[in-house]
Amino acid sequence: MQTEYINAFDIVVGVLWRFWPVWIGLILVMGVSFAYKKRLGLYGQLFDSGVGIAGVFICLFWLFTAIFASTISPFDPLAQVSIMKDALPGAVEPTSKLIYYFGGDKLARDVFSRMVYGSQIVLIIAPAATGFALMVGITLGLPAGYYGGRIDTLLSFLANLVLAFPVILLFYLLVTPGIMDTPIPYAMAGLFFLFPIIFFSVLFWTRFKNRPDRLYILLGITLVLGGWIYVGLVFDRDPLHIVHIDPNQLNIFVAVVFASSPGVFRIVRGLTMDIKTRDYVAAAQTRGESPWYIMLWEILPNARGPLIVDACLRIGYTTILLGTLGYFGLGLAPESPDWGTAIKDASRLLRSFIHPALPPTIALMSFVLGLNLLADSLREQSMKD
Amino acid sequence: MLSFIARRLGTMALTMLCLTLIVFFLINLGPNLKKLAISQTEMHTSAEQLENWLVEHGYRQNFFVRYGQWLGVLPKQPITDPATGKPAQRFSFCNDPVVPTFSGVLEGDFGCSTKFKTTVASKLFPALGATGLLMFWVLAVMVPISLLIGILAGMREGSRTDRTLSVASIASTATPEYVSGVIFTVIFASWLGWLNGSAASASQGLTFYNFTLPVMTLAIYGIGYIARMTRASMVEVMTQQYIRTARLKGLSFGSVVVKHALRNALIAPFTVIMLQFPWLLTGVVIVEVMFRYQGFGYTLVEAAGNNDIDLLLGCSLVSVFIVLITQLISDVGYAFLNPRIRVQ
Repeated sequence: MQTEYINAFDIVVGVLWRFWPVWIGLILVMGVSFAYKKRLGLYGQLFDSGVGIAGVFICLFWLFTAIFASTISPFDPLAQVSIMKDALPGAVEPTSKLIYYFGGDKLARDVFSRMVYGSQIVLIIAPAATGFALMVGITLGLPAGYYGGRIDTLLSFLANLVLAFPVILLFYLLVTPGIMDTPIPYAMAGLFFLFPIIFFSVLFWTRFKNRPDRLYILLGITLVLGGWIYVGLVFDRDPLHIVHIDPNQLNIFVAVVFASSPGVFRIVRGLTMDIKTRDYVAAAQTRGESPWYIMLWEILPNARGPLIVDACLRIGYTTILLGTLGYFGLGLAPESPDWGTAIKDASRLLRSFIHPALPPTIALMSFVLGLNLLADSLREQSMKD
Repeated sequence: MLSFIARRLGTMALTMLCLTLIVFFLINLGPNLKKLAISQTEMHTSAEQLENWLVEHGYRQNFFVRYGQWLGVLPKQPITDPATGKPAQRFSFCNDPVVPTFSGVLEGDFGCSTKFKTTVASKLFPALGATGLLMFWVLAVMVPISLLIGILAGMREGSRTDRTLSVASIASTATPEYVSGVIFTVIFASWLGWLNGSAASASQGLTFYNFTLPVMTLAIYGIGYIARMTRASMVEVMTQQYIRTARLKGLSFGSVVVKHALRNALIAPFTVIMLQFPWLLTGVVIVEVMFRYQGFGYTLVEAAGNNDIDLLLGCSLVSVFIVLITQLISDVGYAFLNPRIRVQ
């Protein structure tokens, strides 16, 4: 049977039409942001420059794509329609009359749907892993920079140790199917996921030590919520069966956190060493505040500018790392629709078909570009102050 | 200065010791050894035979003993042939000794590659040579281009040239090797047909046709980063008093940039370029796999995929050494280039 095709113009219109929830979301958010940009602080200032608008636009685009993935994509990302194997862009699927906008891959799956669903994986893992890396880096970097001395020497040595590993070697050692039979990923997860709980507990404790009414509520929330997520993620024993993560996803998550937290550590340590010489820190010391109060409530808020910029860049870098993992077929399931795996599959067949390779590469590139533009614009804005 | 270098070398040795111990631990985990045994014996071997193979070849000795043997502080024992009871070579294809000898990394023996059936040294060093060639061309392309972009952008901050070049360099930092590799292959190999999408033939002889794509792919990710650092450094230098003095003296803008600004602006990028090596190492792995170039990265992936213990240890030793030595060079070089910095 002859496959029908639609022309290039119809493909463009069709793709733009499929993204309709994204456009609505973008119009709403951008409109509101423009209207109230004077009152939105640093975020509002982003809308003063073209680079900032472009960054926000691209990041929000992928955010909404991830949220509405099931509405946007016409097909199931794993479904195979054998007649559509290696179909060219614009092929019409005979039974449902829906269109393979970007063609089919070698397993006859819709490239467009896979790209859309791939955004979900990236947008969940990359920011979450960056968040954990920030927690680990901050919790260790603050004391290293503030106290200096032996604790700094030890922690810096450990950080340099991890940084001296070429990332790819680290991944080949830490993300293998074999390692999931050993307790190593779970032990590392158990260690890393402890840091947010410690961080928030100390944060509230130092601030509200003398105000038990606030302290017990906040500590209670931290411990219950943190403990619940902890049990769900590390032991996979969530009593309510809501928090759940696959062992291989936990493995890549842990490896990514492990690879990127030393970088955060170094930045936080450097910032702390700089800020601790300021007058307001001396004032707090004279008041008799505890060291951890000074670190968390005097130094950390004043280090937030560079940290926000770094977080943006780091999410982009984590996306690249996830792509690298996918490209080498490490950790993620072989049929997973994430962009790295898709690039790997498609790049092997570049000689015969190029269309499955382009959507995931452009998606990954544009998302990282959006984050970098955002970071650049944030840096410019925070330098103005 | 000398004591600084000596202390740094000491830290380096300690770091390498720790790292190799970690790598040694990770590749000797139960599941990994089992994988090795399966790949080294014939198909359909029972679990018992696999275990026998591991015991016979000395993989079940004490962990620290084996690490010591690899390092060369403990003698390597020959295995006992079960048929004759006499000592035999552990791996015949490596010409292993039949009497206990000290032959580890410290003695210059990197061990035996189980995947390639040869000594690690004879596999690793040619691969390193091939990668060195790739690196040379990458640096030869990357450094001049990125410095030029950075200087042009930073010369007049906020100008249209600056905006355009800055966005271009941000875009290049957002393009990892596996993305640019695919895009370049599509454009230059599939579509235009100018270049070869595979560098497999490059080991016989480098040509523009088979080597341009890997070099381009590897260079593009680093260009943006170095260019941005150069730009920042240039912008800072251009606001200095001595630049204003030179301008007020009546020198032309071009000669101020070339004679006064450039030398000071190039100190920071030197550090950045040296610190790019660890990133290039990851890029090399991706590019060599993508373009099938038989270099260090390709060897590393093969070693890791087949759990080739000695080869993988050799690879990690080399890569960690490169990372640490470039850090040292960048610190020492920075102190040399910038007399205001005093090394303590």
